[in-house]
Amino acid sequence: MSDASAAALGLQGCEACGLLSRPPAAADEGRCPRCDEELTFRKPASVERAWAFVIAAAICYVPANLLPVMTTTTATGSDSDTILQGVVLLWSPTGWPLSIIVLVASIMIPSAKILALVYLLISVQRGSAHNHHERMRLYRIVAIIGRWSMIDVFVDTFTVSLVQLQPLMSVSPAPGLFFFAAVVVLTMLAVESFDPRLIWDCPAFGEVRHA
Amino acid sequence: MQRLPDLAVGASARCPRCDRELWRRRDRSLERTLALSLAAAILYVVANSVPMLSLDAVGHRASTTVIGGAQQLWHDGREAVAALVLFTAVVAPGLQIVLMLVIGLGARRARPRRWVAMLLRHHPTTTLWSMIEVMIIGVLVALIKIADYATVVPGTALFALGALVFLLAGLQASFDRREVWQRVEWVAGAAPPDELHAAVEVAP
Repeated sequence: MSDASAAALGLQGCEACGLLSRPPAAADEGRCPRCDEELTFRKPASVERAWAFVIAAAICYVPANLLPVMTTTTATGSDSDTILQGVVLLWSPTGWPLSIIVLVASIMIPSAKILALVYLLISVQRGSAHNHHERMRLYRIVAIIGRWSMIDVFVDTFTVSLVQLQPLMSVSPAPGLFFFAAVVVLTMLAVESFDPRLIWDCPAFGEVRHA
Repeated sequence: MQRLPDLAVGASARCPRCDRELWRRRDRSLERTLALSLAAAILYVVANSVPMLSLDAVGHRASTTVIGGAQQLWHDGREAVAALVLFTAVVAPGLQIVLMLVIGLGARRARPRRWVAMLLRHHPTTTLWSMIEVMIIGVLVALIKIADYATVVPGTALFALGALVFLLAGLQASFDRREVWQRVEWVAGAAPPDELHAAVEVAP
């Protein structure tokens, strides 16, 4: 066992199959001899790509919360609801647990995810030598819970497809839904482009950075 | 970087730096993987061919399937969201199950062919975007929302999807990808250095 990372020893770990190999002398980085995956010491332009996805997600976050996601049309008129209004509508003596699920999945998770990614990116860029374990745990939590924000997209999809009782009542999707779905996808892509090994590449470990 | 010890069945090795599980030896991984993915394939076909929810209100009766939900969004002009729903609820889970079944069959050879490696390399992506468990919760919330003003009846597909969530979790737990990677045929011209390659591995 060695305390040094593979990159510091000039070895590349394959992200797909886990094989550790030494790149051919001619090239800096090559392909995995076992599974043919492209090899890199660290994900290419990881910080830049993750920033791009996070900023795009933060921009979409505004219309996702301000624009309505569903429009309900009845004989007497039509009514549009944003995500937060949907949470409030669900709140009742019996329905409050669901209301909390939607509140957590649709409002708290996306915003916490964006903030966590911003914190991870800034700390990596500043070469922070603190809280490695906490930051690693934060990254894993963000990676695991991110997909649950899709709940609202599915709720709206199946409400729309079921409530088509023209002319009495019908529900149709509204523009906010697109931005909301975009936030979920963009933050998932940001998590995928961020290379968590960067958290451990800092001067405290005496290591070279391969950005 | 660390060398993985040889493990007993059921034991696991963890990263000393970040505590992530690197490898867990599983009992009869391949047989379980094949059995679970075959069962998952059957449930998947059922889940996507019968109604998932029906609604009774003022003499109307309407029902929807998973694909029907995406279709209605498409008709209402939300093509991108419809495509995302179709991808995460139908396409990605389907690919996840089919790839696992084919990998399981291909890995029965002592030295699995190159195409097994190719499929194995892409399998994690299908798992990442397969969101049946998230969809189930979404459907339940929708069901309770609508129940305020109409009678909603859960269909057979909803129960099939519920069972599928557990089968997919079981698949994740039973499949030992490291064991298949160690036996798979290498890229043409790159011969596996037998005693060396078991020693130099990291967790993907």
